[in-house]
Amino acid sequence: MKNFRIEHRTSDGLDVLDLHGELDAHTASHLEESLKTLINSKKPYIIVNCGKLDYIASAGLGVFMAYIEDVREIGGDIKLTNMNDKVYNVFDLLGFPTLYDILEDERDAVKKFASQS
Amino acid sequence: MKKTATYHIAVGASTENLAKVRDFISEHAVSEGFPSGKVADLCLAVDEAYTNIIKHAYNNDSSKVVEIDLEFDDKQICVCLTDQGESFSVDSVEKPNIEHQVKKKKRGGMGVYLIHKLMDDVNYKTRGRENEIRLYKNRE
Repeated sequence: MKNFRIEHRTSDGLDVLDLHGELDAHTASHLEESLKTLINSKKPYIIVNCGKLDYIASAGLGVFMAYIEDVREIGGDIKLTNMNDKVYNVFDLLGFPTLYDILEDERDAVKKFASQS
Repeated sequence: MKKTATYHIAVGASTENLAKVRDFISEHAVSEGFPSGKVADLCLAVDEAYTNIIKHAYNNDSSKVVEIDLEFDDKQICVCLTDQGESFSVDSVEKPNIEHQVKKKKRGGMGVYLIHKLMDDVNYKTRGRENEIRLYKNRE
């Protein structure tokens, strides 16, 4: 998976996944593992920072579809931030912006989580 | 269509090769003068078509091969992906109901919609044991 990696950090008590590179049917399992680990550890306040994500295929979107309900069921959310136009366009084509919080900047996601708590 | 340039690659049917396939498309589309937005559309559409072949035609058997041919002319590019696996029917090119799928924790069904949304024309053909999908993107 040389063209994709995830860095996990915490910010203001929230879990942040920084995605780097290209997310496709080959690399999607990596994201799936990271999300599952957070959900199993009951850490449902998740920010996915896409600032370094260069590419996404539908298999990548599928991971967000498969886990968002699990996260919301335990009171949390997955908020997506810092997408480039190319990546945002794929989410937009499929109508994700009405179902997911897709925010301009990571700080906006932190504020939104704070206002919802 | 009057061809001006053709390129060919044969790749094993594995998701490991997705980046290689995208690089192949991107390299030639850029050198043929396609703008970056159209190159991105092409890479995504070919990625989705190739992923569907791996999953549905070859059932994840990486010993099988997918042939990819590019044909450029003065009006468009045609990308042809050929496999010798199970032919699978495209049931619908309608926009998938993401809200419904999220509630059911289901994924998938988005690739075909994206391919049709991103390309100017898409054709499917089955000849004997060979299945072919042709993706067309206009220069203008």
